[in-house]
Amino acid sequence: MKKLTGIMDGNEATAYIAHKTNEVCAIYPITPSSPMGEFSDEWSAGNKKNIWGTIPLVAELQSEGGASGAVHGALQTGALTTTFTASQGLLLMIPNMYKIAGELTATVFHVTARSLACQALSIFGDHSDVLACRATGFAFLCSASVQEAMDMALIAQAATLESRVPFLHFFDGFRTSHEVQKVNLIPEDQIRAMINDELVFAHRARALNPEKPVLRGTAQNPDVYFQGRETVNPFYDQVPGIVEKVMAQFGKIVGRHYKLFDYSGAPDAERVIVVMGSGAEAALEAVNFLAAKGEKVGVLRVHLYRPFSAKHFLTALPKSVKALAVLDRTKEPGCAGEPMYQDVLTVLGEAQQGDALPFAKMPRVIGGRYGLSSKEFTPAMVKAVFDELAKPQPKNHFTVGINDDVGHTSLTCDPKFITESPKVTRAMFFGLGADGTVGANKNTIKIIGDETDLYTQGYFVYDSKKSGSRTVSHLRFGPEPILSTYLVQAANFIGCHQFNFLEKTDVLKYAAEGAVFLLNSPYSQQETWERLPRSVQQQIIDRKVKFYVIDAYKVAAATGMGTRINTIMQTCFFAISGVLPKDEAIEKIKGAIKKTYGKKGEDVVKKNFEAVDQTLANLHAMKVPATATSKVEMPPPVPAEAPDYVKNVLGKIMSDQGDELPVSAMPVDGTFPTGTTQWEKRNISLSVPVWDPKTCIQCGNCAYVCPHACIRMKTVSPTALAQAPQGFVSTQLKGKDAGDKRYILQVAVEDCTGCALCVQACPAKNKEQVSRRAINMEDKDPILARERANFSFFQTLPENDRTTLDMTSLRDVQFLQPLFEFSGACGGCGETPYVKLASQLFGDRMIVANATGCSSIYGGNLPTTPWAKNKEGRGPAWSNSLFEDNAEFGFGYSLTVEKHRELAGELLKTLAADVGETLVSEILGAKQATEAEIAQQRQRVATLKGKLATSKKPEARNLLTLADMLVKRSVWIMGGDGWAYDIGYGGLDHVLASGRKVNVLVLDTEVYSNTGGQMSKSTPIGAVAKFAAGGKRMGKKDLGMIAMSYGNVYVAKIAMGASPRQTLRAFVEADAYPGPSLIIAYSHCIAHGIDMINGLRQQKLAVDSGHWPLYRYNPLLAAQGQNPLQLDSKQPSIPLKDYIYTEIRYKMLTHSNPEVAKQLLEDGQKFVNDRWAMYEKLAANGGAVAPVVAG
Amino acid sequence: MNLTTKYMGLELRNPLIASAGPLSETVDGIKKLETAGVGAVVMFSLFEEQLQQEANTLDASLEAGTESFAESLSYFPHADDFKVGPEQYLEILHAASQQVQIPIIGSLNGISSKGWIEYARKMQEAGAKGIELNLYYIPTDPKMSATAVEKQKVAVVQAVKAAVTIPVAVKLSPFFTSMASMARKMKRAGADALVLFNRFYQPDFDLDELTVSPTLHLSTAEEIRLPLRWLAILRGQLRISLAATTGVQTSTEVVKYLLAGADAVMTTSALLHNGPGYATQLIAGLQQWMEEHEYRSIKQMKGAMSQKSVADPTAFERANYIKILEKYKSEYTLKP
Repeated sequence: MKKLTGIMDGNEATAYIAHKTNEVCAIYPITPSSPMGEFSDEWSAGNKKNIWGTIPLVAELQSEGGASGAVHGALQTGALTTTFTASQGLLLMIPNMYKIAGELTATVFHVTARSLACQALSIFGDHSDVLACRATGFAFLCSASVQEAMDMALIAQAATLESRVPFLHFFDGFRTSHEVQKVNLIPEDQIRAMINDELVFAHRARALNPEKPVLRGTAQNPDVYFQGRETVNPFYDQVPGIVEKVMAQFGKIVGRHYKLFDYSGAPDAERVIVVMGSGAEAALEAVNFLAAKGEKVGVLRVHLYRPFSAKHFLTALPKSVKALAVLDRTKEPGCAGEPMYQDVLTVLGEAQQGDALPFAKMPRVIGGRYGLSSKEFTPAMVKAVFDELAKPQPKNHFTVGINDDVGHTSLTCDPKFITESPKVTRAMFFGLGADGTVGANKNTIKIIGDETDLYTQGYFVYDSKKSGSRTVSHLRFGPEPILSTYLVQAANFIGCHQFNFLEKTDVLKYAAEGAVFLLNSPYSQQETWERLPRSVQQQIIDRKVKFYVIDAYKVAAATGMGTRINTIMQTCFFAISGVLPKDEAIEKIKGAIKKTYGKKGEDVVKKNFEAVDQTLANLHAMKVPATATSKVEMPPPVPAEAPDYVKNVLGKIMSDQGDELPVSAMPVDGTFPTGTTQWEKRNISLSVPVWDPKTCIQCGNCAYVCPHACIRMKTVSPTALAQAPQGFVSTQLKGKDAGDKRYILQVAVEDCTGCALCVQACPAKNKEQVSRRAINMEDKDPILARERANFSFFQTLPENDRTTLDMTSLRDVQFLQPLFEFSGACGGCGETPYVKLASQLFGDRMIVANATGCSSIYGGNLPTTPWAKNKEGRGPAWSNSLFEDNAEFGFGYSLTVEKHRELAGELLKTLAADVGETLVSEILGAKQATEAEIAQQRQRVATLKGKLATSKKPEARNLLTLADMLVKRSVWIMGGDGWAYDIGYGGLDHVLASGRKVNVLVLDTEVYSNTGGQMSKSTPIGAVAKFAAGGKRMGKKDLGMIAMSYGNVYVAKIAMGASPRQTLRAFVEADAYPGPSLIIAYSHCIAHGIDMINGLRQQKLAVDSGHWPLYRYNPLLAAQGQNPLQLDSKQPSIPLKDYIYTEIRYKMLTHSNPEVAKQLLEDGQKFVNDRWAMYEKLAANGGAVAPVVAG
Repeated sequence: MNLTTKYMGLELRNPLIASAGPLSETVDGIKKLETAGVGAVVMFSLFEEQLQQEANTLDASLEAGTESFAESLSYFPHADDFKVGPEQYLEILHAASQQVQIPIIGSLNGISSKGWIEYARKMQEAGAKGIELNLYYIPTDPKMSATAVEKQKVAVVQAVKAAVTIPVAVKLSPFFTSMASMARKMKRAGADALVLFNRFYQPDFDLDELTVSPTLHLSTAEEIRLPLRWLAILRGQLRISLAATTGVQTSTEVVKYLLAGADAVMTTSALLHNGPGYATQLIAGLQQWMEEHEYRSIKQMKGAMSQKSVADPTAFERANYIKILEKYKSEYTLKP
């Protein structure tokens, strides 16, 4: 019988079992585990049943803490329940894990093991999170591959039911969770055979039930708690035996065989590596390679890590073992050794003490760390460990895979040691996120995996930018299961889907001798060769590369594919790689297209077909000249004038050489300089805005809405322009006090993402041609050199004097330097204009607490970060603590500000005689309400510091460290709706209720944007989101109204695209308000399914329809006897449907379930009507939302 | 009194047809039209470009930003079952055809002879008794000759005819150099009926925003005269079913169209203005006129005032124009 196979990643493989063997899934999104919850939700929404014929109930909670609580409750009441999580999410589950284990409750938590946020957050894989749960009482079962993820998920489920000990089933985040492999599916009848219903019934029988009531969760005292804790021992003792039995049963039923510890390698091995997770696969590949050459080496792959069975461990190892290296994928600073190393030593030590060592002599044991945050773990590293083990005095507590030039822990690896099998086709593809390369490669894997007997593997590397991001796909196809859990090291096919990558990264670095190189080039064949960097030409010649070229964008344009070249490049791959016969491959591609796009309509299918047909005619084999003649050199990643740190460290990361940076290059405590995006000229857009001063009315709208701070404004005197480069544009400043001042609007074309929001926001129209505005998108190439010089010159011009600007004037505010610039946010991002505005208004005295999410990623992901400094060196100081604690984190800032200002004041008074009474009273009495007053205070503080510096008094020295606090600070707490409405809501509520001076900015995209569009409590009725695949039924939570109910919180609901002026007012008032302020900002988002160029229009529609009423609630007004609530938008003027059906998040429901869509539209309209009526009433009748306790 | 009529081979209980419009967008709406008494319903139009655009927009929006960033490889749940093609349209058509007795005519609005013609066949399968093909197309390419435009339209009609066995009506615009010749070409291409005429969406300018704004005004009784003339001219010259559309506000227009030679008379505007129940009044008005003027059947009325039947056939031609000008002069210019 042909085996049932599927092409999937570790998340899908695991969710497949979890969904089949559970009744309830309580979930919360966190990378990289989110897809498991999403699959479960989609399957349940699609009426897929579990093995008992019922559809599992999937519920999203407000946090992982909430999810684990719900799991606990569902388990206690008898449902078979699971959850999926990772990293900080798992940490939030720890309290419940203790409870669940303490109560001997059968469950499996499926975890994509991920790094923990320490000196920095990382979404990538290691075992830090899982190993932090060792003490909870959960059993740990580890999977090393996609196939194992499916198999162990089932083994864990069967074992937990029998043992009553809860299981944590884990596999490596990204490397396994996102690696696409061909796996053998476990048919439902086999799953069924693995699960004993009697155990399920027993689980139910233990449930809380008022028909036979019991009580659990007592409080115990010193007399009995200890004894109670020891009652579970026999259950834990049985776990290894049960898992062993279940694995045997699994082998019998399914045909794949596992042990608690799987040994492979030489039967007489002397050196053995002990390792778990995906690294075990690479280790196995290396061991197979070395053992075949006669080396006495082996690898012990750990599956059941807790309980750690000494008996099974000792039995699994060959008796010949002389030395062991235990590899831990985690770090425990200050420990005697990492966890598994300690486990192994304990086991061996105890065996030695009991004379039960199966070896001739106590083996030498060394421990080492590897693979943190998905750091590559390759056979070369495995070999380095074996080499170390062979030394008479091997290094203990080593690291492998990095260069530790500080602690000198690292082992040296031989990069030439490559074990890639010649039977395996290895391909690498360099693409843009937007060009569909990854999707096409996933399709390719499916075609080859489904249609041939070949095993397949796909792993995809993404960069950290959300706009213009680069992807590298690593594909392998071979006749045997693929163990290479590392990136391709010697590719025999390389596809470069963007010509300009050749100047940014070493595309052919991993090309094997004789490899095929496919390049998407917009140039003729001759020109293509000439335009290749010289180094690339040389590589092609030296490695005898077979070179093919296609102009894929031309083919895409001709076939209606726009800029999506995925199908075209995929066709090329099949045409020249030889993985499948060409004609057969083309037929398969078309089949796959039909499958993928069929549901999106005939037309989409047809244009893809046409693209396939057109491709072959446009694909050319290049004749490679004998010598490299190009004059093009690869430019340095950052300009020569960049600071050394940027050049030597960040520049390396930018050019994909971050792996080579030694430990000494990294800051010890995660502290980085700000303002580094300015050095990363990404040049991702082909078209950029060009200013037309003749049409311009100098309103500043374009600069205001620019998400990437690429449009800058200044006014200068004409003399300042004496040295201006040719082609530098300025015009007479408009306005009554303009004098002869020149107005300049300069575009940073190299940093522009081409979103064109500026054009949309421009109210001025060219008189002769009304389709043109005062700013228009034009091709960048012809103006690049000129505008680069212009922007450089512009930056040398003096900044406008803050004290002379009107902070309530939209135009004046755009003369303020943005201190948040060139972020990696999506082109046309709806959040960043607000963030940028805050940085302009308050940046030089601002301190930001940023919740994890989009804003922390575009705000703080390496290599370069957008928070910047002004010429005086001042700018926002920024940090991200966690997702859930951001309000409290920022609240902590405000406590410091208050305490240190108070202390500074106290010290100042004690030093009055030394620094002068007048200065003291001026400083302490300063209002600092205006920019001018703040500037004056800065002067006073500077004077004070000058005086303090010369004083010998300890108080003076003390005050010197605090004097800066005497200048007004602006504390900003920022984050998305996932934070504010869900996971961080409790903290946010508390902070708002505290009455302390903090400013909260909620960048409300109405969905978890950063993790890929999961529903939050901000998601409106009728919108489709992940976990709300059938459209959200509940109305959006009214966070503003809740905050208003305290009476002393300044609240504003804003939408820049609807009312830029109201937005500005809200920011200024929020900062000025003496108590807590909350701004809820409508942020259009790519997760709304809109063309981002229409973002501002969407904001306006949201307001016009009444979905997003604009208001400001200012308790200070109440103190003046006025209504604190002011509605800033008019009565809804369009029906809700005219807004929502311009967005795919709503519209898609009309395609997938029109009846429900109709009902939810009615509900949504009613929700909007009712809420508007309520607001109108509140705004009209004195606004008695709550008793007002102003300020 | 016999109100029945034969239109494009279909036996209708009376000549009033609810033409393509919002009232036929739901099964309920179609049922209401039947209850009000109409002889047939033309479903709302399935637009070729709309289908393509919706499919493309959906595709582009669902794909946008995907597979770019490790944490958000997609932004929407996968849905296996999108209805972006004609499925929704066909579902309504199918359900309505099960629930009403009167014939339902599917309406296709397109310009090419590509794959969407397949939809005509699907409409037949879903229960349509006929297809109305709306050839709405404004040739703006100066290099495209009138012959080429006509050929393209003929090709579409032929393609649709080849795809279905039910009758096909063609809704035309009046803007042809030789309207009568075009009508003949349509007949030769296989059209079973002509619907005179479709109305173009005429753009307007917004002088504040300096934008072009699409406008749609419902037709008025004033507008019946152009179709009235051509019905009268074609009736008797071509053996093909004719339907009138545009400008029916009261039963007066219904009567006029029938007398000119229409086999059926369509309206949307009047029903949108007054509700679907207004159809009852239109039919009653028609009956009343017939009674007052002693007509026994629609058959008897049809074409009674066509060009061939009236005493002065030139009334429909150039001579009539001259007459009007003279009248104009006498009434207004020459008076002191």
